[in-house]
Amino acid sequence: MNDKITISKNKRHLLTLLFFVVALLLIAFANGSVNSYIRRILNLCAIYTILGLSMNLVNGFTGLFSLGQAGFMAIGAYAVAIFTIPIEQRVALYYLEPIHPAIAGIQLPFVVAMLLGGMLAAVVAFLIGAPVLRLRGDYLAIATLGFSEIIRIVFTNLQNITNGALGIKSIPSVTSGTLWWTFSVAILTLVFMRLLIKSSYGRAFKAIREDDIAAEAMGINLFRHKVLSFVIGAFFAGIAGGLYAALLGTVDPKQFYFPLTYNFLLIIVLGGMGSFSGTVIGAFLVTAGLEFLRVMDEPLSIGGMAIPLFRPGLRMVVFSICLMLIVLFYNRGIMGDKEFTWEGILGFPKAVKRKFSRGPAKDGGGKV
Amino acid sequence: MSVLYAKNATIRFGGVVAVNDFSFEVNQGEIVALIGPNGAGKTTAFNIITGVYSPTAGDVYFDADNSGNSLKITGLSPDRITKLGMARTFQNIRLFKNLTVLENVLIAKHLRMKSNFLSAAFTFPWARKEERAMQEEALQLLKELKLDSAKDEISSSLPYGMQRRLEIARALATQPRLLLLDEPAAGMNPQETEDLTAFIRSIREKYDLTVFMIEHHMDLVMEISDRIYVLDFGEMIAHGTAEEVQNNPRVMEAYLGVEADA
Repeated sequence: MNDKITISKNKRHLLTLLFFVVALLLIAFANGSVNSYIRRILNLCAIYTILGLSMNLVNGFTGLFSLGQAGFMAIGAYAVAIFTIPIEQRVALYYLEPIHPAIAGIQLPFVVAMLLGGMLAAVVAFLIGAPVLRLRGDYLAIATLGFSEIIRIVFTNLQNITNGALGIKSIPSVTSGTLWWTFSVAILTLVFMRLLIKSSYGRAFKAIREDDIAAEAMGINLFRHKVLSFVIGAFFAGIAGGLYAALLGTVDPKQFYFPLTYNFLLIIVLGGMGSFSGTVIGAFLVTAGLEFLRVMDEPLSIGGMAIPLFRPGLRMVVFSICLMLIVLFYNRGIMGDKEFTWEGILGFPKAVKRKFSRGPAKDGGGKV
Repeated sequence: MSVLYAKNATIRFGGVVAVNDFSFEVNQGEIVALIGPNGAGKTTAFNIITGVYSPTAGDVYFDADNSGNSLKITGLSPDRITKLGMARTFQNIRLFKNLTVLENVLIAKHLRMKSNFLSAAFTFPWARKEERAMQEEALQLLKELKLDSAKDEISSSLPYGMQRRLEIARALATQPRLLLLDEPAAGMNPQETEDLTAFIRSIREKYDLTVFMIEHHMDLVMEISDRIYVLDFGEMIAHGTAEEVQNNPRVMEAYLGVEADA
């Protein structure tokens, strides 16, 4: 029965270290060789990874169906936008109504503004969480969705702080010229999330997901742990929002309509609710997939004959069909709730061999 | 000395009085059973004790630290009550199904965790020490309850009897003084029930527990309990030793029904 291979702790740490070194080398290589179009897509992939991870913590691990991610992202994005544009540009930018004097003279370095955005998102999540996290299931989803819209509408109307519907342009594009910003934050987020889930708190989150009545009976304070998970999720969504603002160089409230949250939901469902490895795969697939299917939105003709259907909109049709297929045939996502482990990866050839030599194997091969 | 007692606990759901004016006490070291026909309000009574429901009237008192001063626990949340030293199992097994046996027990140890989430995630020395102690205690407990060979199995894949045992192990992991068992022998065959009887006795000795349980298996109830309370339609209709309860006409009536008029 025991087909699983065991690897000593030291060897596992060494392999992990090796993996990170290879990953960093790959990023360094990509950073030096790709053009700005690909670089932008890769940056977006990394940012969506962070958002997916933060949403998976709340939805996939703690079992709270929350759809407020776009709102928290907006808070982080606006924090970076407002606090990193040079002071002298602000008069020209806020031409409808001058910027509020309290913040007019404050300019922060990007990292500080990004962290501030994360903190603000966390604070808002704490305030929202207190009333909203008493709800369950679909009701929680609707309430968080509503709050994310409220955040957006408040931003549309705070003319002297957010510049309202005009948005904020010419944000210093700190993250767009390099892959390092987004990828290093994404890696740090991944490492933190993994450590958190492996800790006792992570187990408590999973207990709430599995059975909240039993979790409470085992002494887990449901409210405190739900709020904790929600606040951590919002913090990282805020950070990702900050990176996003600096990548695009412009923010306006319309970017944070609630359908944006569905992209992240898609990422975690596709990758697997409750799997961080899956989220990373999902984020890259969804982001890059949406980008590379863009050819379908252009008219296409072969040998002078225009192919019908190739017009703006086809991309989303094809993309949606792909998703439907995935959800139909892999309804627990690509990874389910499993993670990549060294035991699984190194045991994979063995598992494949077993599959062919001894009839159908029972487990999922490389996923342990 | 009573570990747990209730005074006139009553709960109404709309027009239905699920438990009416129920007073009882459970003394240190006793095994007390709560029996009654289906729908008598036994589980509801447990839910009042453990804080899932707040009683409409009446109060529940729990002597958490063996000091003799009982604390009023009505209105406290279930997690607070568990922290005070009362743990329970469920009528329909409620394990954390997709998690391993070891994780199930570790989760029940979380309530004594002192480190905050940041030091736990970054495994700061004190948090690591706590985590290691938790792991050791959990493994020790699994060993004592003969579940250690299955520690890495997914809990829902265990055989039924072992799932029941794991649920008790999980409750014990919270380090209770008082253990509430809601139909621990449900779905068990006579042999398994007999094993369970011995098992409950042994954990009472080993962990110095007081046990309050709901049970339908009369063999188990009659053999193991020091005292029995009988509920019917939310009312307590009898209480006493096994023998007293067995010969009580009202109990027979509740279980067997009244003979139809000729």
